[in-house]
Amino acid sequence: MAQAQPIRTTDTGDTYLLPGETYTSISSTIGDVPLTAPFKTPRGWFLGFGIAFVLLMIFLVSVTWLLIRGVGVWGINIPVGWGMDIINFVWWIGIGHAGTLISAILLLLNQGWRNSINRFAEAMTLFAVACAGQYPILHLGRPWLFYWLIPYPNTHGMWPNFRSPLDWDVFAVSTYATVSILFWLVGLLPDFATLRDRATNPLVKRIYGLAACGWRGSARHWHRYEMASLLLAGLSTPLVLSVHSIISLDFAIAQVPGWQVTVFPPYFVAGAVFAGFAMVLLLMIPVRTFYGFQSYVTIRHLDVMAKVMLATGMIVVYGYFMEVFGSLYSSSKYEQYLLYNRLSGPSAWAYYGLLFCNAVAIQPLWFRRVRQNIPALMIISMIISVGMWLERYVIIVISLQREFLPSSWDIYVPTVWDWSLYLGTFGLFFTLLFLFVRVLPMINIFEIRMYLHQETERAHRNAAAHGHDHDHDHGHAHGPASAD
Amino acid sequence: MQASNGIYGVMAEFDSPNALIEASKKAREAGYRKMDAYSPFPIEEVSHEVMPGDTGVPRIVLICGLIGASTGFITQYIGEFIDYTYIIGGRPNNITNWASMIPITFELGILFAAFGAVFGMLALNGLPMPYHPVFNAPRFERASQDAFFLCIESADPLFDRGRTSQFLRGLNPLQVSEVAN
Repeated sequence: MAQAQPIRTTDTGDTYLLPGETYTSISSTIGDVPLTAPFKTPRGWFLGFGIAFVLLMIFLVSVTWLLIRGVGVWGINIPVGWGMDIINFVWWIGIGHAGTLISAILLLLNQGWRNSINRFAEAMTLFAVACAGQYPILHLGRPWLFYWLIPYPNTHGMWPNFRSPLDWDVFAVSTYATVSILFWLVGLLPDFATLRDRATNPLVKRIYGLAACGWRGSARHWHRYEMASLLLAGLSTPLVLSVHSIISLDFAIAQVPGWQVTVFPPYFVAGAVFAGFAMVLLLMIPVRTFYGFQSYVTIRHLDVMAKVMLATGMIVVYGYFMEVFGSLYSSSKYEQYLLYNRLSGPSAWAYYGLLFCNAVAIQPLWFRRVRQNIPALMIISMIISVGMWLERYVIIVISLQREFLPSSWDIYVPTVWDWSLYLGTFGLFFTLLFLFVRVLPMINIFEIRMYLHQETERAHRNAAAHGHDHDHDHGHAHGPASAD
Repeated sequence: MQASNGIYGVMAEFDSPNALIEASKKAREAGYRKMDAYSPFPIEEVSHEVMPGDTGVPRIVLICGLIGASTGFITQYIGEFIDYTYIIGGRPNNITNWASMIPITFELGILFAAFGAVFGMLALNGLPMPYHPVFNAPRFERASQDAFFLCIESADPLFDRGRTSQFLRGLNPLQVSEVAN
């Protein structure tokens, strides 16, 4: 890759943008990755894409077999009618929530550091939602009739049941996917213009030119654009909270022991953000190294993301306490039995596993040295991803295995097709992700320019305020204590 | 575009965001109104000088959101209580059962509002517009990367080819050029 590499300075972990960057270097370093000629694509990309593509084929095989034979190829039974399909649905969509949190909530809170990671995190959201969306549709049994869930004029004379949280899901998830795509594309518009103006190949120039819709950076346009982004952020914030709340209502509205808990909506939302930040770290750390984006995604970014993980993780731990408290305090023998069953039933390993992964393993994040240590962050993020999967396993499977009537108790064992479909959705996710990093700028270029401008201004103001006792450089984004 | 002197306007390039802020301020003080600035990232102060006041986007979003929410509520009302009534959980089939209709009402409100924000913004900006005269300006391809431009348009009542160029030259630009229509 022919990139104008800025001179590297050591990252001391206290800045969100390493010194030495200019508007020009930002535009070329980030913008030239998608403009690399196809035959100059780094080999590592082909390797990663190849693996992802093989997994995508596993996905197609699993879906095909499912369509031929029906949901009986999975391990679901009665009483455990929701197995890995719903576990994975909740897991994937939860991962997506970190992207919306970064793009919307942190925008409203004026956190400038989000600029370096929001594009990538939003892409992760979209692809995670795409994976999540497969599961409830495939679980329908006759997936080709999924449009029956949408109210449309029909000759059956029937309507979907609008009072069911499962139908709320249809609206919540499809709205979430649509709004996320809109938000993402709006963010890309000015960057498409940058790519159009930097491209040398006429065909590539034309493609990005069409995507840019003739964006010319007019101040009048920027004014409306900024207002639209702000409003989209304002709309996405309650949306993202509503989506996982509604998903939690799939459980909380039912009467199954362990599901009917009032703490579910906030507990699910916190769990979603927790798992999502873990995934952002897992993906962002290799990408920033591979593409040399250490100037934009700094150690400080990893540090704050770890802090968000720790905070949301502790909310999740509070949720676990409330579940235990709820079952002890309920004076319902089914709820009390649920706790006993979680601690010593046939799937107790999952409950202990989740306590270890989500409550114990995150505790080192209290220490700055751990938060700024890349291998430690990778390991902890991976443990969290497993832990949040186990959480959904515990909620769904352990509760259903031991329902009210002992005569209908059963054990749930996922089959090879459950696992292959799960593996396959990783293929879908990573195939899309690799295509994204190849053809689109994975860091929001114009927002980094804006951040550089703001930080320069801030440094000037500080220098003016503190006289000349500043023996640092000429103020390129130095020591931004916090992004306001 | 008004064919005043056959050109679109006069464009000046500046080397920094602060120079552009300064220039747009001076142009406004000099009485120019039909002008626009071009920059690789949004600069609030410049937008304020070039287009003070309301963007028009929030109104569209509010209207779209209300239309979306009403669509959601009315659709559910018709489906649940008029066209296909059945008793679920012993709840009454009338408006007192409104609470269960809130999630979908909310989601559709958000959905329509988001469409309003995106397409309203694009429509007000007149996008997509693949061709625009300012693309003819020299070095304009840098406007999406690292250059800052101010263009005073020939449609402005104060515009005069010579005097406006003179005025822009006085703002210490990197270069001043005329933009063909």
